[in-house]
Amino acid sequence: MATFDVLRPERTAMAITTTINGTPHTLEVEPEMPLLWVLREQLGLTGTKYGCGIAACGACTVHLDGRAVFSCTLPVAAAEGKQVTTIEGLAQPGTRHAVQQAWVAHQVPQCGYCQSGMIMAVAGLLAQTPAPTDDEIDARLTNICRCGTFVRVRAAIHAAARAGATS
Amino acid sequence: MNKWTRRAFIGAGTISGGGFLLGVAGFTLAPSRHSLVSADAEARGQLTTWITINPGNVVTILIPHCEMGQGTPTALAMMAAEELEADWTLVRVQEAPALDAYANGYIVRAAGGHYVPAVLGRGVDYGAFKLVEWFGFQVTGGSTAVRSTGEYGMRVAGAAAKEMLVAAAAAQWGVPASECVAKASRVTHAASNRSSTFGALAQAAAGRGVPTSPALKSPDRFSIRRTSPQRLDIPSKVDGSARYAIDFSTPGMLYAAIEMAPVYGGTLVSVDTAPAEGMPGVKQVVKLTEAVAVVADSFWRARRALATLQPQFSDAGHGGVSTASIFAAFDAALGAPPAVPKEAAKVITADYRAPFLAHATMEPMVCTAKVEGGRAEVWTGVQDPLNARATAAKALGIDAANVTLTNLMLGGGFGRRLPFTFDYVDLGVRVAQAMSPVPVKTIWTRENDLQHDYYRGAALSRHAGALDASGRPLAAHSNYTGGGNGEAVYMPYRISDMKADEKDATHPIRPGQWRSVLNSQHGFFKESFIDELAHAAGTDPFEFRRSLLVEQPRFLAALEKAAAMSGWGTPLPPGEGRGIAICESFGTIVAQVAHVAVSSEGLLKVKHVYAAVDCGDVVHLDGATAQVEGGIIFALSAALLSEITIAEGRVVQTNFRDYPMIHIADAPQVTTAFLRSDAPLGGLGEPCVPPLAPALTNAIHAACGVRVRELPIRKTPLTRPV
Repeated sequence: MATFDVLRPERTAMAITTTINGTPHTLEVEPEMPLLWVLREQLGLTGTKYGCGIAACGACTVHLDGRAVFSCTLPVAAAEGKQVTTIEGLAQPGTRHAVQQAWVAHQVPQCGYCQSGMIMAVAGLLAQTPAPTDDEIDARLTNICRCGTFVRVRAAIHAAARAGATS
Repeated sequence: MNKWTRRAFIGAGTISGGGFLLGVAGFTLAPSRHSLVSADAEARGQLTTWITINPGNVVTILIPHCEMGQGTPTALAMMAAEELEADWTLVRVQEAPALDAYANGYIVRAAGGHYVPAVLGRGVDYGAFKLVEWFGFQVTGGSTAVRSTGEYGMRVAGAAAKEMLVAAAAAQWGVPASECVAKASRVTHAASNRSSTFGALAQAAAGRGVPTSPALKSPDRFSIRRTSPQRLDIPSKVDGSARYAIDFSTPGMLYAAIEMAPVYGGTLVSVDTAPAEGMPGVKQVVKLTEAVAVVADSFWRARRALATLQPQFSDAGHGGVSTASIFAAFDAALGAPPAVPKEAAKVITADYRAPFLAHATMEPMVCTAKVEGGRAEVWTGVQDPLNARATAAKALGIDAANVTLTNLMLGGGFGRRLPFTFDYVDLGVRVAQAMSPVPVKTIWTRENDLQHDYYRGAALSRHAGALDASGRPLAAHSNYTGGGNGEAVYMPYRISDMKADEKDATHPIRPGQWRSVLNSQHGFFKESFIDELAHAAGTDPFEFRRSLLVEQPRFLAALEKAAAMSGWGTPLPPGEGRGIAICESFGTIVAQVAHVAVSSEGLLKVKHVYAAVDCGDVVHLDGATAQVEGGIIFALSAALLSEITIAEGRVVQTNFRDYPMIHIADAPQVTTAFLRSDAPLGGLGEPCVPPLAPALTNAIHAACGVRVRELPIRKTPLTRPV
């Protein structure tokens, strides 16, 4: 496990080994570099978005060992030895996860920029709480969407839950 | 003034493989402020529509508008396909670049030799933007695609192509064209039982004469419009494959992080670049007139290195400006409340206040550029590629013809990426110029974005109104700052004496166009004050408005519909209330009722918003509904939470922690109804924003008796003193 000190950031790259969308990677990066930028710039996985850089908007949400995390503030070292899943790896190629299916059925996205993170957050929520109530959705989902898709997001979450999003 | 005519610039031809191509161009004048786009002639042809049909019977429609979430490409394609009588399942929509070669080829001649900008094939909102000006709409730039490109380009092109296909079939079969029917991408002659696909007829159709004035379908025969086919852009937005400007990459590209003069107009005085230069990945520190940039092999490394610098900037003499000083100047400019008739039985006055707002698009500003040998390539996301290209050319001191601009998907627009606000392109190309010939992607942080926006203007509006002894309004006057001489004065109500005067109080905070523009402030002002007049008259606010709208049937219908949807007048539990508001903007009338609950602790819950919308007719029903929902949520975030404040000349807010947005927990249920009227198509991206804030504050008043006269609402305690 790599270690780092946020107060005295290391300035040299080191080898980080992690599994991303099922593929093992060994990355030569500063351990404190946020996972977001490693995914986007080093691996070309640009579906995960930068929105705020301070874990406030959720556009960067990915799964770390199956749990939704904000990748914009998560040091890549925290992914050492773990499984990272991004929007590109949420479903098998050529298929859609139940949440993605519900998103299409309810025509949720507008500009779409926040939706990778929104979908990953919801997939994470449903993995923990397969049939969330409205109150549970309200308490757990804090992603920001400027286009204002929340009305459809809620309907699509319930639809995905009904479809068995945890499978 | 040149009028757009159907027959002016339709041209057709053949594409490789025996397909059919048809283009429609609008004839335009170039106002001087657009002269940067193409300064070489006064008259311009603007292509607005392309249709191709290949031998495989696939119809491809080129859309000259950018997709920023409003679903316009799908709606526009529907308008063309409707007139064409195409089978929607055989219709494809293509981004403009794929047809770029055509732009310089056949259609230039077809369009009568009028100049067609080379960049036109790259996703242009320019035509629609200009149309707004020529057709004399109140506001430049918004909610126009369906109204202009759709009505004057898509429909005409579709109808012309259909007539040519029918003519080709009739000639082939030796029958009168009038006996042939086009439907579902086939032409059929029933009497002889002959039928042929559009694809099979395409080559022959391309050789037919272009109809000079094709007949358009009457709305009662629409079969594609008013339905809800799946939006074409959505699949790529659920699997991460959609490519936004921030996602662009090119070999050898470096990344730049920037820090700009915190006070607008300020310049870089000095910076010691040494701390950044030794850091990993850093290639160069670039000093610009008003900013310093660190260029590195990763954005995070660039940003980390930038944080070690302590640049000194001048404040352009605005270091003393604050929100307080701006509003003090507003107050002084407004002076005493407007005078109202002496014979009034009752006079009320009120001040309303709206803050500066940022756009905060989810995708921050991004520009990638490669500058080499007097030429530049630019990749970015803008609502007007032509003006952005001109901005890049001007920044680099080269001719616009030497700049190629590729427009990528926009992670939100809301007015931030409109013409004349392309500072991110201006900066981005100058950073790339310093690194020439290496391509550089300059990414704005959220902090850059919030602190260097073109802001929705703050405004103060001072109202006075008079009622006669029976509670009828005699006069409604206002003085206001912040602009809006079109938006401020017009109210649909029958009040004989209405007046609004703009007072000048300048400040250095740079203004921008924010979703619904000046209607966003004036909708709140006007619909709050009419509500206060209703209460002063002792009349139900819905009934009060209704009595003043008897001569405005469209307004009246929308108002009554929203009230009926909401159950207006039925009892609510204590602490709950309904508020109503109605605004017209961009040719669309929207009435909204907000239903809120205010707890005994003063906590506000917006439970439900009902919207009755008259935009003439709806093209894509589900997409239109999404725009209503989105407009309401967008407006709600601003009404409840948003305020940009100024201290020492600079914007105080930095990120979503201090410029918060609502979450799903705060989002109300939304119920939408569209009223069909015979009015011309109105816009939809913006018109649902203005009525939300006043519907909400009027509802709060109904719920707890507190009259909120200042946005955002969170600044007003909602509990009354005991």
